[in-house]
Amino acid sequence: MHKLLKDSPGEKIMLLGNEAIARGAVEAGVAFATTYPGTPSSEISLNLFQMSKESDLYFEYSTNEKVALEVAAAAANSGLRTFCMMKHVGLNVAADPLMTLSYVGVTAGMVILTADDPAMFSSQNEQDNRYYAKFGGFPMLEPSSVAEAKEMIKEAFELSESLKQPVILRTTTRINHSNAFVAFGEMKERKTRGRFEKDPMRCVTVPAVSRGLHVKLLERLDSATGLAEKSDFNFVQGDGPLGIIANGVSFHYAEDAVKDLGIEDKTRILRLGFTNPMPAGLIKDFLKDCEKVLVVEEGEPFMEEAVKAFAQEAGITIPIQGKSADLFSRLYEYDPAMVREKIAAFFGFDYTPVNKIDTSDIPEIANRPPNLCSGCSHRATFYAVQKAAEGMDIICPNDIGCYTLGFMPPLSTGDFVICMGSSVSSSCGFGRATDQKVVSFIGDSTFFHSGITGLVNAVFNKHNFTLVILENGITAMTGHQPHPGVDMEQMGMPGYGRVDIEQLVRALGVEHVSVIKPFKVKKSMETIREALAFDGVSVIISKEPCILWAKSMKLKKVRPFEVTDKCTDHKECINGIACPSFYIEAGRVKIDANTCVGCALCAQICPDNAIRPLKQ
Amino acid sequence: MKTTRLIIVAVGGQGNLLASKVLGEAALIEGVEVRMSEIHGMAQRGGVVESAIVFGNATSSIISDGEADILLGFEPAETLRAIGRCSADTKVVTNTATLPPFTVGIGKGAYPEVEEIKRVLKEKTAGLVAIDAMALAKEAGSPMSVNIVLLGALIQTNALGFSKESVIEAIRRRTKPAFLDMNLKAFELGFEAAANSVV
Repeated sequence: MHKLLKDSPGEKIMLLGNEAIARGAVEAGVAFATTYPGTPSSEISLNLFQMSKESDLYFEYSTNEKVALEVAAAAANSGLRTFCMMKHVGLNVAADPLMTLSYVGVTAGMVILTADDPAMFSSQNEQDNRYYAKFGGFPMLEPSSVAEAKEMIKEAFELSESLKQPVILRTTTRINHSNAFVAFGEMKERKTRGRFEKDPMRCVTVPAVSRGLHVKLLERLDSATGLAEKSDFNFVQGDGPLGIIANGVSFHYAEDAVKDLGIEDKTRILRLGFTNPMPAGLIKDFLKDCEKVLVVEEGEPFMEEAVKAFAQEAGITIPIQGKSADLFSRLYEYDPAMVREKIAAFFGFDYTPVNKIDTSDIPEIANRPPNLCSGCSHRATFYAVQKAAEGMDIICPNDIGCYTLGFMPPLSTGDFVICMGSSVSSSCGFGRATDQKVVSFIGDSTFFHSGITGLVNAVFNKHNFTLVILENGITAMTGHQPHPGVDMEQMGMPGYGRVDIEQLVRALGVEHVSVIKPFKVKKSMETIREALAFDGVSVIISKEPCILWAKSMKLKKVRPFEVTDKCTDHKECINGIACPSFYIEAGRVKIDANTCVGCALCAQICPDNAIRPLKQ
Repeated sequence: MKTTRLIIVAVGGQGNLLASKVLGEAALIEGVEVRMSEIHGMAQRGGVVESAIVFGNATSSIISDGEADILLGFEPAETLRAIGRCSADTKVVTNTATLPPFTVGIGKGAYPEVEEIKRVLKEKTAGLVAIDAMALAKEAGSPMSVNIVLLGALIQTNALGFSKESVIEAIRRRTKPAFLDMNLKAFELGFEAAANSVV
């Protein structure tokens, strides 16, 4: 049985934050869950996906976050407890339904999780999604620890059901990817069959209806303010004239700092966990007893601005500070020592930082940049495109996935990346605005996510570029999740359909469509040249399974290669494709047999014909 | 227990996260509070994997520069790269078997001499244990057990104060049955090697 399905209240185990959140949802009786995978949220959905195979929980990987939210909105309006989770930038994709779903509301508990990524460990920006709660009018909860995340999601479902409004649960990477002991709780029974009661004056958002719904939304937010004032997630810890207001992981950094500085008897901390709507009364009460207040929050001054406004309303004129040049930054994530130093500085306590090691004289260490895997078919595709386009002035818009790494030399096939699906749409613009040849790249999952709409646009407006769809049969970047083009039978999961990309692209009206097997280098280059010569939109589908996936599914027999004596050392392999299985020993190129999978790309490009399967 | 902060650095695929989970399990057995945080975004594609483990009474789950009590490095250059997390009071345990970054493999970057790495670590910290964990892992049965060899070495230093028995029990709980004997042997080999490897 899946470890998170065990009905053993009181059992204490070590869980990843994302596992704790999945378990909390199950304890809350979640019956319906949707997502599009994105780090740092991916393991929540992975665990729910696994559990759905062993229970009557419904889970789906939707084509994108907007679809996931719309599917979830219907379930939550049919009376099922529903969970929709995504990474922070995913909520941008879902923003359109989000802003109106707050008007419509729900009939059963619905939680929308946004996993924010301060410091961008695996993201293209560090936006602070607390503003979405304020923007759309959603109650919001923010946990400070792994164990609390599990309890909070249960409360979030209750809160949502009592207000008839979806609730946003906002985490950050340091909650999602932290581990701690968590005690299992009772499992609430799942209600898996719902019924939609028609209610057009609530559910059909024509202007006449929505005017009334906006009024009701504000009334619900008023009720939510009352609940935030009394919420156990908002509490004061300690007593003293020096005030600290903190949320999320910053609360624990502040708590540790107060202890480390030995100022427990002088300091009171207001921890806010129910942060939208902000509890004005509670905050004003807190401010009354303080001489000076420091707001500790990663990201934007979300709480700080509200606190200052409440102070003004209450006529309180004490110093309140958070973000400033000499205090907290709006950049990146915080850490315990930094929070300790700022608290000491703001309140005027002596503080000697630890004696850090002088690193000015340590030997130089080469960087260890991430790289496309040994045997990754994207490398072959990028290489073939570069060779086929030799002598041409090309722009290569790229997209979000493993293949973003193609931007690095020597492949250098990534000139513009902003968000999922952007390679296709930006190609429309580059093709129209310049005289350069545009060759763009997108993965299969990302194509389904939001590449299709760009391609529809390209066909209609008769744009001019070549799109390479990298079809590796899985969502590789986030850990091998399925997408609509995946053969689910092969995964041992019947009951799914399958969308064929080639048929789809042809049906969209693309006139020039070709399919390549990227490890057949010469043939691929010929096909690519033909596509590049086409005036208009051409699509090349590059088909080869993700090597990590193929290995784990035992679809690929690994057969390492070696460099033989025929090598005359012009290093075309290293300078052209830079596979991480190459290394140089005594000036000669070698292949690491432990990591080479035998894709034979290097063997095909070696002018000496010196690379052969290793004789075993 | 007084707060003890451990940083583990490794290269993707070396088993850092399993090692962290074994230590977390050992903490559960010993009745010690623990919080851990991991960074592994691009790990599968050759990047660095870092775990921060805070034992004892603090409530944070990450470790600031200069504040690690122990640094456990699975790869010598990565151990050296993480020296900023240490102070003069930090104990360091490192593997000496190298996994040069690709950039070095193709001659586009420098990999420091292992002896030089050891010298710098020893000079700047409170003590260094350096063992060839790869050789011992192979002796135990598979290069995959490097992580458990290094846990053996860490426990030998007694920097965490955990009993050997607790950690062995944690390995039993967290290891797939097919690999248990190999991992127990790997742990013993690391434990013994560290007794003689303080440099």
